[in-house]
Amino acid sequence: MRLVDLLRTAISNSLRSKLRTSLTVIAIFVGAFTLTMTSAIGTGITSYIGNQVASFGASDVLTVTRTADDQLASRDGPAPYDPDAPTLGGGGFGGGGGGGFAPTPLSDADLGTIAATPGILTVDPIVPIMPSYIQHAGGERFELSVNATAALGRVDLAAGSQLSTDGTRNEIVLPTSYLDALGFENAEAAVGQGVIIGITDYLGVMHEVEAVIVGVQNESLFGSTAALGRQLTDELVAIADTGRPESLRQGYFAATATFDPDAGAEEVTAIKAHLADQGFTAQTVADQIGILQTVIDGVILIFNGFAVIALLAASFGIVNTLLMSVQERTREIGLMKAMGMSGRTVFALFSVEAAFIGFLGSAIGALVAIMIGTLISGILADTVLSGLEGLQVMQFAPASVATIILIVMAIAFFAGTLPARRASRQDPIDALRYE
Amino acid sequence: MTDTILEARDIHKSYGRGPARFEALTGVSLRVEAGESVAIVGKSGSGKSTLMHLLALLDSPDQGAVAIEGKVAGELSVRQVDRLRNTMFGFVFQQFFLIPSASVLDNVILPLKIARVAPRERHERGMAVLRQLELDDKAANKAVNLSGGQKQRVVIARALINEPRVIFADEPTGNLDTATGRLVEDILFRLNREQGITLVIVTHDTDLAARCDRQVIIRDGTLVAAPEGPLPPVVDPAAAHAGPAVTHA
Repeated sequence: MRLVDLLRTAISNSLRSKLRTSLTVIAIFVGAFTLTMTSAIGTGITSYIGNQVASFGASDVLTVTRTADDQLASRDGPAPYDPDAPTLGGGGFGGGGGGGFAPTPLSDADLGTIAATPGILTVDPIVPIMPSYIQHAGGERFELSVNATAALGRVDLAAGSQLSTDGTRNEIVLPTSYLDALGFENAEAAVGQGVIIGITDYLGVMHEVEAVIVGVQNESLFGSTAALGRQLTDELVAIADTGRPESLRQGYFAATATFDPDAGAEEVTAIKAHLADQGFTAQTVADQIGILQTVIDGVILIFNGFAVIALLAASFGIVNTLLMSVQERTREIGLMKAMGMSGRTVFALFSVEAAFIGFLGSAIGALVAIMIGTLISGILADTVLSGLEGLQVMQFAPASVATIILIVMAIAFFAGTLPARRASRQDPIDALRYE
Repeated sequence: MTDTILEARDIHKSYGRGPARFEALTGVSLRVEAGESVAIVGKSGSGKSTLMHLLALLDSPDQGAVAIEGKVAGELSVRQVDRLRNTMFGFVFQQFFLIPSASVLDNVILPLKIARVAPRERHERGMAVLRQLELDDKAANKAVNLSGGQKQRVVIARALINEPRVIFADEPTGNLDTATGRLVEDILFRLNREQGITLVIVTHDTDLAARCDRQVIIRDGTLVAAPEGPLPPVVDPAAAHAGPAVTHA
């Protein structure tokens, strides 16, 4: 039999008993619908997280901290005092050191050690900047929290441009939540406008610094923090350190180290291992956010598990449907075999029929899932999730939808092999005698 | 002048095992020459259908051999046997075995589909054979909507479409009234006469058997009389009482 004839015959056979076929198709529909939905949620959230990763730091950047002392927790009693250990100044990050989990700060010597690690290009300490307020055009003053690592990364922009890496002016990227408060109509209107940032030095004297808004950032998972350009960061750090006695030089809670952007995964692993040997923990941004991703992946996996169970149940439906067909068409099968159809062709006819039923169920399931998912996703983005800009909960990637359809067809095909085998082994004489 | 097209050499066939074992054929030898018409006659359960199935390569004997044009079927691959049946044989059964939901034409061209013939040629040959059987106006009808006689003509059309050398007919008129049965017989014998198609007919209808060149009478798995070559019609007394009587008006 020609392939075209085989496909056509199998399809028309599956449509012969419409009620039975449609019931089986519904069972597959449920599984395919669920799979498509969960995979879309996976794609949506992963792509959102991907944007967040990009906004949090570049991919060639490691955040390096001193590895927490594992023995601390199991040791009976307090740790011995080390007069040479650096202390965290500036507040906020050390948390008082009483928790036992606070990282030991990095000293300038540590920075040298990190810089000497093969593969590391540059090392910059992360210095906490605590500006007092931000103000636009003489308006009200607002508190400003700053993302200390933003100078290195790219942000998810609503308008404007990224921070320049070697800018000579004071640049700032504000989150959209500041727009209203500072009196801007929209994101576009804010770009290019000047703001004033207030910061106190070590002695408590207030200084004001002018900066230009170069971009507006979408709200992110990590809260509404402003990103400062390098020039502005340096200036604010200099002000904050004004008047600080040399003996109170602070350590750094972390440092960022860059490596060759072309480095492969193995090289990055080698760098991390090297740093680990020296008592440092190095993480790429992807590592840090990977934990969140792992949790979401786990939830999606559970949903996929349910979908697969639904598909398994549906595949028994296919077996049942086709067994009935084989029973019904015993004489027809016998006749076709008598007329010289090979057992292989009979097998192919029934398994293709099963795969077609699988295709019907999965294609309709995926299509309906895409329609409903797009609708729900749009509604959610405008209501419940409007705080998380740029988040489309469900994104339907053509490749994954196609994969789901193919997987379901494969499952259906395998379910069909049992009845198909039975049909192909039928003895033409027994079949023709069958009344 | 004639060639042996079908040959059975001392074939044995049994079904079941143990006490339920049933010897359908116990040593049957038979030669069918190309172009002749042979009636296999016998009571139901005598083994006549089994003999036909073996000759038609629908089944293989436990012992002995079946040869098609001198080739021993047991030595051929499954694929070759399938191909032989597809290209050389046509089948007409008592039950029509038509696909009810498919059109008459689709039913008729099924063997060509199996033989991988291209759609255009299938259509042409299908229509030609339907014309031959005066069914061309029914080509698009569903098979289920035909009368018994029309159905059996469709079955003959299906058996003819691959231009077979042999047509096997198992009680071809069993489901038809006498007049229609007579028409179907006429078609079969005309094909035998005009196109030289060998006929192997299994029947317990003595009139039909009598129209064949030769009768092979089978009883309890053995041939009672298998005269070589064409003979005048002989009616076996046993066959006259066999099975459900076919009444003649």
